[in-house]
Amino acid sequence: MTGVPMSYGLILGGILFVLGLAGLLMRRNLLFILISIEIMLNGAGVAFVAAGSRWMQPDGQIMFLFILAAAAGEVSVGLALLLRFYRQQQTLDADAASEMRN
Amino acid sequence: MTPFLEVAFYVAAAVAILSTVLAITRLVAVHALLYLIVSFLALAVVFYTMGAPLLAALEVIIYAGAIVVLFLFVVMMLNLGAQARETERQWLAGKVWIGPVLLSAILLVEVIYLIARARLSGGIGTIVGPKEVGIALYGPYLLGVELASMLLLGALVGACHLGKMETRT
Repeated sequence: MTGVPMSYGLILGGILFVLGLAGLLMRRNLLFILISIEIMLNGAGVAFVAAGSRWMQPDGQIMFLFILAAAAGEVSVGLALLLRFYRQQQTLDADAASEMRN
Repeated sequence: MTPFLEVAFYVAAAVAILSTVLAITRLVAVHALLYLIVSFLALAVVFYTMGAPLLAALEVIIYAGAIVVLFLFVVMMLNLGAQARETERQWLAGKVWIGPVLLSAILLVEVIYLIARARLSGGIGTIVGPKEVGIALYGPYLLGVELASMLLLGALVGACHLGKMETRT
């Protein structure tokens, strides 16, 4: 066996994903919710890259590239929505979104 | 894998976890974003030690470069004052965060236990360079590339539309 065991890479991905999940659940600020989603996507990507590196195949890295594209699209639309929300409500409280009609 | 890269993996992983914890607990958005940049840079080192140099570069350029700068621009446009820190402190005050953190910690312990029990063989660190990734990306994964481009186009149109509606009202 050479180098770092593969399970450590998977565990690192899991820790990052759970940290993002905890941030997503405990924050009420929409900006921090978006940041937590980025962290979760990154954690999933680390697991993909670790698995791809274990079998010496490029597929894990390609999955990370797709995650990158999805994250870029998600964050651009999410931030545009956040700006509109702030102009309308004058707050970033996620609970205020329950009154978002029209 | 040389011992240096092995040590670099552990150090960078520790830095990534620590800066992520700090990022999700900050009260000021800019401080959180700066810790997020540190987290992404540490992850770039992790990718490099895992044998993915292309992804290490992309992590720095796209995540730490483009996405965090997008966040920073939005924070600048929001122009949050000093009272934002106080509201944030009120939102995080008390025991609201104990429940989610406890439940996620239980899930994390389960995941680590399952991974440790699986006794996965083999190590990581074999270099898979940009050439192999490119050949596979434009070979069997060509359809995925097309779909990703459609997704990005959709995101572009959506973000543009949402931004335009804002100036009119």
